[in-house]
Amino acid sequence: MALVDIRNVTKSYGSTQVLKGVSLDIKEGEIVTIIGKSGSGKSTLLRCINALERIDGGEITVEGQPVRTDMPNLRDFRQRVGIVFQAFNLFPHMTVERNITLAPVLNKRIAKADGRALALDVLERVGLADKIDAFPAQLSGGQQQRVAIARCLAMKPHLMLFDEVTSALDPELVGEVLKVMEDMARQGMTMVLVTHEMGFARNVASKIVFMHQGRVWEEGPPAELFANPRTPELQSFIASVR
Amino acid sequence: MQTLNFQQLWRYQDQLIDGTLHTLLLTLVAAVLGTAIGVAAAAAVRSGPRPVRWAIRGYVELIRNTPSLIQLFVVFFVLPGFGLRMGAFEAASIALGLYFGAYCTEIVRAGLDAIPGSQVEAGQCLGLSRWQVFRYIVLPPALRSVYPAFTSQFVLLLLGTSLASQISAEELFHTGGFIETRTYRSFEVYAVICGIYFALVMTFKLLFAAVGHLAFRWPVRR
Repeated sequence: MALVDIRNVTKSYGSTQVLKGVSLDIKEGEIVTIIGKSGSGKSTLLRCINALERIDGGEITVEGQPVRTDMPNLRDFRQRVGIVFQAFNLFPHMTVERNITLAPVLNKRIAKADGRALALDVLERVGLADKIDAFPAQLSGGQQQRVAIARCLAMKPHLMLFDEVTSALDPELVGEVLKVMEDMARQGMTMVLVTHEMGFARNVASKIVFMHQGRVWEEGPPAELFANPRTPELQSFIASVR
Repeated sequence: MQTLNFQQLWRYQDQLIDGTLHTLLLTLVAAVLGTAIGVAAAAAVRSGPRPVRWAIRGYVELIRNTPSLIQLFVVFFVLPGFGLRMGAFEAASIALGLYFGAYCTEIVRAGLDAIPGSQVEAGQCLGLSRWQVFRYIVLPPALRSVYPAFTSQFVLLLLGTSLASQISAEELFHTGGFIETRTYRSFEVYAVICGIYFALVMTFKLLFAAVGHLAFRWPVRR
């Protein structure tokens, strides 16, 4: 069974239909990269998977459970499905440790000492254990994004969503974030990424999904998709990002 | 020409201390009441049902666009007609609390508005409840951004407690009036009263600076 099952999902903002019947399977351990032009509905789809946006039609299930913005166990669900944003969204008034342990301490009621150990553990995975007592404003963009990933990992999610996580970074900082994501992919984390990093999509992803005008236009393994795009839209997209 | 003579005032130092303490107490009670009103009302204005939002807007506009002295008189002279009888100090605390609450509502609301929605979203995505997001993620940086406005309003409240003398609440200004009628040393009496208000305000300003320094330690990227 697929970990995420998206069936014929539609979504509009006012009179603009952003998703026009999207269907997609994501299996456990898969690294799915969603590519496409701005406005093709990539980020909206990602936000729908995490119940940040209400869908108008169709169905999304995660681990067999239908996803809805008014689902009764939404808070538990959100702890199983982590999301990392383009703008990091770290809490500026908290240290890195507190950013990471806030939710586990409040919701999973872990002890303070265990919280620090948890923070150190996830920070080591993103290579930032020495920044545990720093505040976000004292970190570079790449470091902040790695902390945001660590914060997500501390929830021990079953699925992680990444919404253009390298787009706000200076070019020289992109690599460190991608490396962390590659490590996570190797460790078997199921990941869905919206990205413009074609190199990452090509080398790490197990499946590429090309979205165009609110639909899944093409999908398949990266080697196949990049080598033999079937539609002129994907051909021109690949040519434009090359 | 009359010479200055502060000596006669020494006999009234107990009354002056008592008046000062009452002014402080009145300020603190009104500030606590007003802050509670302000935080609750600001939160409700953002996410409460429409009738509640309208009621809060009405309250804020009414208080901010009418004289504080009249508000005080309404609480002290009009409410007893509806069975709400209270002493001068209690009436002053409530009237000034409502006054401070209205300004506080606007101050806190501005602070909450300054926090980007993405911060709220990030909190929700970690599985935090609405209350946890408000308490841990929105409120601290919001308070930091409105702290200067809040402390200025607190100073205005402290100075504004002198209005309570008009319903015979025994605060500092009322004490001044009392001493003046006994000594006829108007200049000296009000110079001392002014000096005490000035000292109180400066003390609070130092205190607020210290508290702000301790409470808002996180660095901000400029």
